[in-house]
Amino acid sequence: MTATLVLPAVLRPAAGGLREIPTEAATVGQALDLLAGQLPLLERRLRDERGRLRQHVRIYLDSDDIFDLAGMDTPVPPGAKLHIVPAVSGG
Amino acid sequence: MSDAVLLIGTRKGVVVARSGGARSSWQMNPLQLVMSSVYGVGIDQRGATPRLFAGATSEHWGPSLFHSDDLGASWQEPDQAPVAFPEATGASLARVWQIQPGPPNQPGVVYAGVEPHALFRSEDGGVTFDLVEGLYNHPHRPEWQPGNGGACLHTVVPHPTDPKRLLVALSAGGVYRTTDGGANWEAANSGIQSYWMPEDQRFPVFGQCVHKVSCHPSRPERLFAQNHFGVYRSENYGDSWTAVESGLPSTFGFPVLVHPHLPDTVYLFPLQADSERMPPGKHCRIYRSRDLGESWEPLANGLPQTNYHSAVLRDGLCTDGGEPAGIYFGTRNGEVYGSFDEGDSWQLLLDHLPDVLSVRAAVVA
Repeated sequence: MTATLVLPAVLRPAAGGLREIPTEAATVGQALDLLAGQLPLLERRLRDERGRLRQHVRIYLDSDDIFDLAGMDTPVPPGAKLHIVPAVSGG
Repeated sequence: MSDAVLLIGTRKGVVVARSGGARSSWQMNPLQLVMSSVYGVGIDQRGATPRLFAGATSEHWGPSLFHSDDLGASWQEPDQAPVAFPEATGASLARVWQIQPGPPNQPGVVYAGVEPHALFRSEDGGVTFDLVEGLYNHPHRPEWQPGNGGACLHTVVPHPTDPKRLLVALSAGGVYRTTDGGANWEAANSGIQSYWMPEDQRFPVFGQCVHKVSCHPSRPERLFAQNHFGVYRSENYGDSWTAVESGLPSTFGFPVLVHPHLPDTVYLFPLQADSERMPPGKHCRIYRSRDLGESWEPLANGLPQTNYHSAVLRDGLCTDGGEPAGIYFGTRNGEVYGSFDEGDSWQLLLDHLPDVLSVRAAVVA
């Protein structure tokens, strides 16, 4: 059973209009690595070219901030939702 | 008579405005690349149709470099990052500050100046870019410091006829030039002051906070520089610089522009500094020299002269190269003014824009 990346409205044009993108990734970092191959333009909205998550982007695994878990190494269980959230610190 | 286009980078996106040949009335298209700050814009007219560029940075989603082939109706970027630092550098792009098409004899060549200090070069018309390693690996780079706005390579001046010559300016690193196509670079700051340094160190080899450099294509050896305090002219492609400040109310400012048809005529927008950063006397005034900077006169006709607090940034002053030439400047108040008589009089063309960061203009068919 796959997990799902859930995009905010502002990023959906970079995903061809999709709100949700399925992923078979085992970790959050792997989900973004897979995204880089599928939708590179979308992926670079989330990470810089060194693979660092952009400063004002947060990712929630269901209701937990991944940085309260294991960061990019956070395991992604089947059926989980990975919510991409623009942080208020970014404006 | 041809139409004119204004390409305006703002704090909240990019705006394209169009006018008929008389340039008296402008129609503004809707804001695009919304909620991104557009520090650098460019117009490439070397092809059959103009290509517009915008260096846009979203606080959330990062920087990129966009292009438009339909005069700003739509904007594109390639799937792979158009500007990205190679892995070996360990660096990542913070912002695109300058997009400069190459000279007519190098079709397809476009330069991008970025933050952190670096130069990128495109050979496909500005769609994808590669790092100019020769400058990135310069031994001075570890000592380049950021200016208040960031560690930016903000000015690229291609030589109009010699493809091996190029000049760039950095804050705060100074002016650098290459004469071998970018493999090797040398600092070219002799005579430019860093006033904040101890007295015996005020004329260093590099490290100056040069804000902008301009030249006329018919006189590529003659350059004008607006520095963080100091206005300078070089007659030898940067071998040496001479202060040309007589008559200015302040030697601080950001932009400098040479008139496209009058190589001896230069424009500035001085600011009181270093703590205020507002026009001297709170008068909105362009300053013009008709004699290579030896003397300067204020231009105020049509510009607000009381309680004016706004500023013009380094890429906020431009020309459309038309006949007569349009000279334009955009302000941090969200205004764009234009003059079509060498600056003798000015008109408010657009207002209520977001904070204007960059302006370019062109006469198009």
